[in-house]
Amino acid sequence: MFQWIHRFGSAPFMYRLAGRLAPWLGGLCVLTLLLGLYLGLVVAPADYEQGESYRIIYIHVPAAWMSMFAYMVMAISSAVFLVWRLKIADVVAEASAPIGAAFTAVALITGSFWGKPMWGTWWIWDARLTSELLLLFLYLGYMALRGALDTPQGSARAAAILAVVGVVNIPIIHFSVEWWNTLHQPATITRMDGPTMHISMLRPLLLMVLAFQLLYFHNLMIRVRTLILQRESRASWVAELNPDTGH
Amino acid sequence: MLEFLKMGGYAFYVWTSYSFALILLGGVVLWSASQSRKVRVSAIRRAQQRRRKS
Repeated sequence: MFQWIHRFGSAPFMYRLAGRLAPWLGGLCVLTLLLGLYLGLVVAPADYEQGESYRIIYIHVPAAWMSMFAYMVMAISSAVFLVWRLKIADVVAEASAPIGAAFTAVALITGSFWGKPMWGTWWIWDARLTSELLLLFLYLGYMALRGALDTPQGSARAAAILAVVGVVNIPIIHFSVEWWNTLHQPATITRMDGPTMHISMLRPLLLMVLAFQLLYFHNLMIRVRTLILQRESRASWVAELNPDTGH
Repeated sequence: MLEFLKMGGYAFYVWTSYSFALILLGGVVLWSASQSRKVRVSAIRRAQQRRRKS
């Protein structure tokens, strides 16, 4: 009944699937990004407390969410690789890392530029910011480990273990504003009693989250294809492809 | 238009944030695409040469 799942373990299948999905994901990303930016920067009203500076939310929050999402993808893929030795899972984990690191860096930098006018400081060692910085170090450590050991198999295994162990940081980031007395504001959207944000501000925020999700998956598909070709360069199916189009 | 660009006096913070996001995220996308093209051309051509020799 679940035999169709086995196809996802096939390198040629994943290569072709990623190639078919990437353009659609990219196109949808551009559309949602443009709409989200227009609604967020032009249509949404200014905040009564923070004025226009709150508009940084439309990149800071989606980037922060995606930094955690990408790490979860990386950690789950790494766990699948460690348990079932599925090489495609390792490909997905390796492909996810640089994208997640970029989202984390964007979240930290934009958070800093938001914090300066609001809190009067570029940085503070509170729980949310520190755990997000730790997330960036985990990403960088993962990418460094991939090239550190003598054998690709050893590097993949070591990096996968780091990814799985580091996943404990994700709930720490998410719940840090509840567990500790932090300067960072508590959740306004992911609350049990519903979001506290007005719909005119919430709508563009959710669109930007969707745009960032599409950006992540579009980039992931491209990187998965690249890594599959690198690893499968000796396989006969690669010789069937057109070098100009990749199909 | 000028009022929009001024962002209520927060122009430096808002536009610098958006610029960093564009540079980092756009950079990752462009780097991935460029790497993809390089690897694709070299891997496929190497595979085809290997097949011709065998």
